[in-house]
Amino acid sequence: MTDQAVSVPRRESSVLRFARGLALIRESWVGSVGLAIIVFWALVAIFADVLAPFPPNATGAPMTLPGGPSLDGSMIHYLGTDQLGRDILSRIIFGSRQVLFYAPLATFCAYLVGIPMGLAAGYRRGLTDDVLSFFANVILSFPVLVLYILIIATIGASGSNIVIAVTFASAPGIMRIVRGLVLDLRNREYVFAAETRGETPWRIMLVEILPNARGPLIVDACLRLGYVVITIGTLGFLGLGLPPPDPDWGGMVSETRQFAMFMPHMAIYPCIAISSLVLGFNLLADGLREVSMRD
Amino acid sequence: MGSHGHGSAGSDYDGPILECKDLCISYFTRAGEIPAVIDFNMVLHQGHSIGLVGESGCGKSTVAMAIMRYLGNNGAIVGGQVLYKGRDMATFSEEELRQLRGNELAMVYQEPMASLNPSMTLGRQLVEVPLCHEDISHDEAYKRAVQILADVNLPEPERIMAAYPHQISGGQQQRVVIAMALLSNPSLLLLDEPTTALDVTVEAGIIELIGQIAEKYNTSMVYISHNLGLILATCDRVNVMYSGVVVERGAVGEVFDRMRHPYTKGLFGCIPLPGADKTASPLVPIRGQLPLPHQRPPGCYFGPRCDFFAEGVCDREGLKMSPVPDEPGHSVRCRRWQEIDWSAYKPEGVGAGATTAGDVVLSLKNMKKYYEIADNSIAAMISGKRVRYVKANESISLEARSSETVAIVGESGCGKSTFAKVLMGLETATDGEVVFNGKDIAQQEVQKRSPAQVGSMQMVFQNPFDTLNPSHSVGAQLARVIRKFGVESNKDKIEQRVLELLDLVKLPRDFARRRPRQLSGGQKQRVGIARAFAGNPSTVVADEPVSALDVSVQAAVTGLLMDIQKSYRTTLIFISHDLSLVRYLADRVVVMYLGRIVEQGTTDEVFAPPYHPYTEALLSAVPIADTSVQKKRIILEGNLPSVTNPPSGCVFHTRCPRYIGDVCKTELPPVVTLGSGHEIACHLSMAEMEDMKPVISMVTAPQSPAAE
Repeated sequence: MTDQAVSVPRRESSVLRFARGLALIRESWVGSVGLAIIVFWALVAIFADVLAPFPPNATGAPMTLPGGPSLDGSMIHYLGTDQLGRDILSRIIFGSRQVLFYAPLATFCAYLVGIPMGLAAGYRRGLTDDVLSFFANVILSFPVLVLYILIIATIGASGSNIVIAVTFASAPGIMRIVRGLVLDLRNREYVFAAETRGETPWRIMLVEILPNARGPLIVDACLRLGYVVITIGTLGFLGLGLPPPDPDWGGMVSETRQFAMFMPHMAIYPCIAISSLVLGFNLLADGLREVSMRD
Repeated sequence: MGSHGHGSAGSDYDGPILECKDLCISYFTRAGEIPAVIDFNMVLHQGHSIGLVGESGCGKSTVAMAIMRYLGNNGAIVGGQVLYKGRDMATFSEEELRQLRGNELAMVYQEPMASLNPSMTLGRQLVEVPLCHEDISHDEAYKRAVQILADVNLPEPERIMAAYPHQISGGQQQRVVIAMALLSNPSLLLLDEPTTALDVTVEAGIIELIGQIAEKYNTSMVYISHNLGLILATCDRVNVMYSGVVVERGAVGEVFDRMRHPYTKGLFGCIPLPGADKTASPLVPIRGQLPLPHQRPPGCYFGPRCDFFAEGVCDREGLKMSPVPDEPGHSVRCRRWQEIDWSAYKPEGVGAGATTAGDVVLSLKNMKKYYEIADNSIAAMISGKRVRYVKANESISLEARSSETVAIVGESGCGKSTFAKVLMGLETATDGEVVFNGKDIAQQEVQKRSPAQVGSMQMVFQNPFDTLNPSHSVGAQLARVIRKFGVESNKDKIEQRVLELLDLVKLPRDFARRRPRQLSGGQKQRVGIARAFAGNPSTVVADEPVSALDVSVQAAVTGLLMDIQKSYRTTLIFISHDLSLVRYLADRVVVMYLGRIVEQGTTDEVFAPPYHPYTEALLSAVPIADTSVQKKRIILEGNLPSVTNPPSGCVFHTRCPRYIGDVCKTELPPVVTLGSGHEIACHLSMAEMEDMKPVISMVTAPQSPAAE
């Protein structure tokens, strides 16, 4: 006989469990690559001050080719300079801060709005569902770009307004995903069990249903992060992004596009930065899906 | 055998149709090679049928898949051979296999809806089979399909040919699937749990059909089932499988009457047989659980669960089948079977002991539950009938006393689940009274009930894989219930109570820390029971609590439920379709059909004549794993009518084998009270009722294994 544990069963810490879940990604080759790319960019953003050879807004000789020397000849512009003589590598490094701050924040806010809407629509159904789904369909029927331009043009270009615009445009999509998951999960017997002991609807939605929807939602969040990176780039390109002079990947492409015919490096490197980060998120999403399908 | 020269189509071949020799099948997973079936031998002759019986995960479906060569990407035959008409199936080319399948080998799966293409008419799917395998015209193929549909007793075959799968009932779908399998007149038919997804009266019809096919077409069959009663009804020989190996095989009569292996014995001890009642011969569960394929013990795989385990004998490797003398073809995979003295074996049963019913706890008077369905069609708008009613429960009146078990019996769609929802307060009754502990709760939703009230009526659910929230630990889920019902509020006391509840359902205390996915089906169901008893309920509603569990686990969980009920003097409302189980554990039985109670009374009254014709048909449909039992055969015709449009008069008249005339169609049957509270709602006269004979009778002196 094993001696029975009289001690109180401890919950293992949620941090530990999260770390263990993250470690599972090692089993997917694709996911590991994605995670590596994201970690790389995160480190770049954190240590931008150390890594960047120049201050982001310092000017030197304009339109230096990659590998060209700085004005005083003591340093090298590895990726060249832009039309105002600012070091492109340094601007990409500092630009990663903007993207890696606003993209997760905007995605998080979109989920913060989308999840409760989806829970309410899927769990309560009926009129709640009809009304919420109607509004979601109206928003989703707009061309996304037009929607962004309208919003940003109305409330002005700034970091927080990008977050608002992304939230407004993404929340309906998230709502529909959550709603679909809830429609399935609400018929599980543990949900009936919670209902038969008289739990409140919000407790059932948040404690009984939502944690079981987390798998598909985490995968979706990863994919969505990638889209938001693209969106922020696009907004920057359209001149609706973060106001100058702070570096912004999309803005960098936009500002240099008239020289792209003879000085392509000024636009190409920021584009590579954007696509690599998006690729990282997409690969991680694929990896997560792969790992979660196995069990 | 030296018969390799035989072609698959050799009509002069008279050896066995199918032979498995030392067949070993493995699956290859990330964790490595997992042997699913080991050392499997079988010889099937023309026109014979062999049953494979065992619990989930014992490898019986894998054998069928290996015969069909459908093992998928990660499965492979790693040893032995499968001979089809004397030829090793490994020597067949892909093209030959394709010709073989569907033509000479046909398979019928468990879920008929998954076997039929929902976007094609049944006719097109049926005609495809002969068109694909034979060189015949479309007209000829069509004629043959219509003929075969008539052969499987489907009414109006022409209409069925034009229908889509969803337009016919589940039982009819399975008949179509069987018809499809028979179309090319196969030599071998594999049936993998063909009736598990069907209601018991529908099942009886399919089983009868399978018997007719065997006679008419002289087809050889492999019948896979977990139900011993069905094997008895359909097969000549049986292989009992446990954890990938055959533990006993022989003629059905020999294995059922004189079983030798402790596992076979254990299986029979787990199923309630008609002669058994709970006080005289209680169910005996098999302790422990099926080992995982990569954790099989050395020697005999059943060793750790066996009461006759002997160290140094049973855990020695190299265990082979040993033949039983005087019974040719009967062999056992056990080293000690000759030493075991079954007459001295008196295992301790569960759920034994009678109780006396106390006061009335729950009483329903004329409870009605109608669902409104808004009809948004244009026709409905014009006629003005925008709302239709689904009469899910009609005039339900019954009483339940403390410490009493009331079973609610009926097929799917009879309103059992709606009844449970009204009791639990998830729905409010449309009319009538539901008096619980002296208070009418018919109109009280669960949110309006007090915590004590909610706690005193709880529910055990059906599906063990769904009953616990996979995101929270077992302890957290039990603790929540305790807090919610206000049993305890102090944190330490709650934890103490969680551990006590785990003790109550005989689970180790460290299960509190585990997550549901780390538990087996039976263990989850035990936690479900613990959760229901957390608030010290006076009434527990159990909705098919064991129907999704394996036979050996079923007995243990049933016994546990009964033991707890007895010690707490709880009223148990036991919803089930399993009449054998109901007879075993219920004090009173309520039979429902299409939302109405057709018969109720004590268990003895309901299971003995006079019956309601529906009860009679239900009883006759139950497969019984006892060779000494004789049953009257009553097969219900037609389909269960829709609840939205129930038949007039007596709702059962469309299928009733004792239909007496227009009075059944036009008038609601009167409720006849016989004796003390035995009620039957039927137009039959007293004389006709008294003339009824018992459905189940013993032909010989009871020598049922459970009674030994």
